[in-house]
Amino acid sequence: MSVLSSIFGKLPTILMLVSPILITATGGMICERSGVVNIALEGLMVFGAFAAATIHYFLEPVFGVWSIWLALFAGSLFGLIFSYIHAFASVSLNADQTVSGTGINLLANGVTIFLAQILFKQDRTRQFRLGMMPGPGGIYPTAYIALAVILVAWFVLYRRKFGLRLRACGENPQAAASVGIDVLKIRYIAVLTSGFLAGLAGGCLVLTTNTQFNSTTVNGHGFIALAVVSFGRWKPLGITGASLLFGTALAFSIIASDYTLLRSLPTEVFNIMPYAITLLTLVIFSGKNYAPQESGKPYEKGGS
Amino acid sequence: MTQPRKKSIRGLLLASDSALSVMVVLLGFLCGTLLIVLVGRNPLGMYKAIIQVLTGYSIKLEKWNVRYVGEWLAQSMPFILCGFSMGFAARTGLFNIGGEGQYVVGLTVAEIFALIGPRIPVVHWVLALCIAVLAGGIWGGIVGWLKAKFEVSEVVATIMLNYIALYLSRIVIMRIPGTNTYKTPDFPQTALLSNSFLSKLTHGSLFNLGFIFVLLSVVIYWFIIEKTKLGFALRATGFNRDAAKCSGIPVAKSIFLSMAISGAFAGLAGGIVALGSFKYGRVLSGNDGYGFAGIAVALVGNNTALGTTFAGLLFGMLSSAQALMQSNGIPKEITFIIQGLVVVFIAIRTGFRMLITYSMKKKEAEKNVSTE
Repeated sequence: MSVLSSIFGKLPTILMLVSPILITATGGMICERSGVVNIALEGLMVFGAFAAATIHYFLEPVFGVWSIWLALFAGSLFGLIFSYIHAFASVSLNADQTVSGTGINLLANGVTIFLAQILFKQDRTRQFRLGMMPGPGGIYPTAYIALAVILVAWFVLYRRKFGLRLRACGENPQAAASVGIDVLKIRYIAVLTSGFLAGLAGGCLVLTTNTQFNSTTVNGHGFIALAVVSFGRWKPLGITGASLLFGTALAFSIIASDYTLLRSLPTEVFNIMPYAITLLTLVIFSGKNYAPQESGKPYEKGGS
Repeated sequence: MTQPRKKSIRGLLLASDSALSVMVVLLGFLCGTLLIVLVGRNPLGMYKAIIQVLTGYSIKLEKWNVRYVGEWLAQSMPFILCGFSMGFAARTGLFNIGGEGQYVVGLTVAEIFALIGPRIPVVHWVLALCIAVLAGGIWGGIVGWLKAKFEVSEVVATIMLNYIALYLSRIVIMRIPGTNTYKTPDFPQTALLSNSFLSKLTHGSLFNLGFIFVLLSVVIYWFIIEKTKLGFALRATGFNRDAAKCSGIPVAKSIFLSMAISGAFAGLAGGIVALGSFKYGRVLSGNDGYGFAGIAVALVGNNTALGTTFAGLLFGMLSSAQALMQSNGIPKEITFIIQGLVVVFIAIRTGFRMLITYSMKKKEAEKNVSTE
């Protein structure tokens, strides 16, 4: 099958596109399992991508290739800092989680481009020379990062006491609190983790697919990750599969140009695919609700 | 002992949502101003731009030009309508983050009708806007139907439909003969919303006949929500879905209608921008952002007809001041930052309230101690 072998040949491209989505979705999964919906993933990725691109631009002449890792770390940190707003609002103040997430998304576009205007006097960051270099087989290191992230997440969620507690906070926080679990603390950790991972993913995205940060760098990847979480039924294996599906759908617009038959279709048809697939799967898997029971609802201590 | 609440600022903030909104907006501007100072620019540049937009008076040139006011009003129309789109759904307890997609669908359909519709004066643009309303309504209605029938989260569904709308719009518009990579052929004169009288009145601004539809929308929004049985059913569904169901309100129908009407407002916004601000159809390369801003507009306006209108005027003002700010040396993104901050502050306003109640209680306790 030439199509299959061609898809196999495009594996590095697919993995490059899958990795940021998987990393972000892992964070989103952790966050929702603890009972907080994080619609701010998109904005947190924007923050991460901006920080990574900026740090890499400034440090590349000094540290060369190694500045990549500092850039990724900066991106993660930036994501973490801004997710603190979401954690504070939705965990400490019982705010509407969707509203606070939307606020961060709006803020992300404003703050990053504003800072770019101050730092670079243009509405995007300046171009860095080299992004991340692919390793053996043309596979970017981000793929290994993503693999590590999802494995660690699975291990902690399902094989550690902390993971059990975190899941309990999402299913029944009152019961969790009654056996002495600090619900607020765990939710804080979960939200900040998702911010860290979204920032990391933003960094991965900008360093592998682009040479600068601009307002369209992230372009909905965070929202795709959000859909991946519900499509993957809030489970590590599920979201890995869902991410692969989405990444392949995204890569299809690149792959399609190799085939005359597919080339005749507008590329927008392939752009639509991931979103249409999500919507369709949400309908197909509807009815039975797999979501953590208390996800999205603020936890209020009983009595006072 | 419960004393009658004194007319203090604190009491006002506790009692009134509007007062809280005003405070939140002021706080947003304060933070924005601080940020400008922090990066070493002069915040006066922002306020000069705002004054010029609001009054038409340029402090720099010492000249009046009413065109700026006209542009402000024209710019505010899509914000107000997208605010209604968000607010209407919010009244039913739904989070319509899909205003952007509904806006794009309305915009696209209006553009197509402008090019192929019958070229009869007035009828042409009125019909185009009506079709835009219908298209937006269908796009929103899909979400409502999915939510009511399959329990698909309206947040995820609307986000997906936003992207689908954007790419569909590109596919369809690029199929129109004579379209290049970014625009279609010019619209016929009969499709345009511009009006020589309004234009002359505002010294050649883009202010257009769309405002009639906006005014109608304000009235319709208020009337449906406050005065009709439908509005009551929608609000009841929003307050407590189970209770509404038990008292015989058709919840599924409420959800569908609420999203459809929501979408219709956003669709109208798309139609007005398509035919009022441009003379040709655009191949969209990204989102215009009115739909997303509409979320903030409705939040600031507390989902009421009047509040949302004022909030829309505020956001329109920020938006049309952008170019002036940029020329005054202030990065125009400061307006997005202020919008974002306002939404974040609104999210934590329950926290504000808690804080105020706490400090009031503390004060009262201190008073009690001192009088004892």
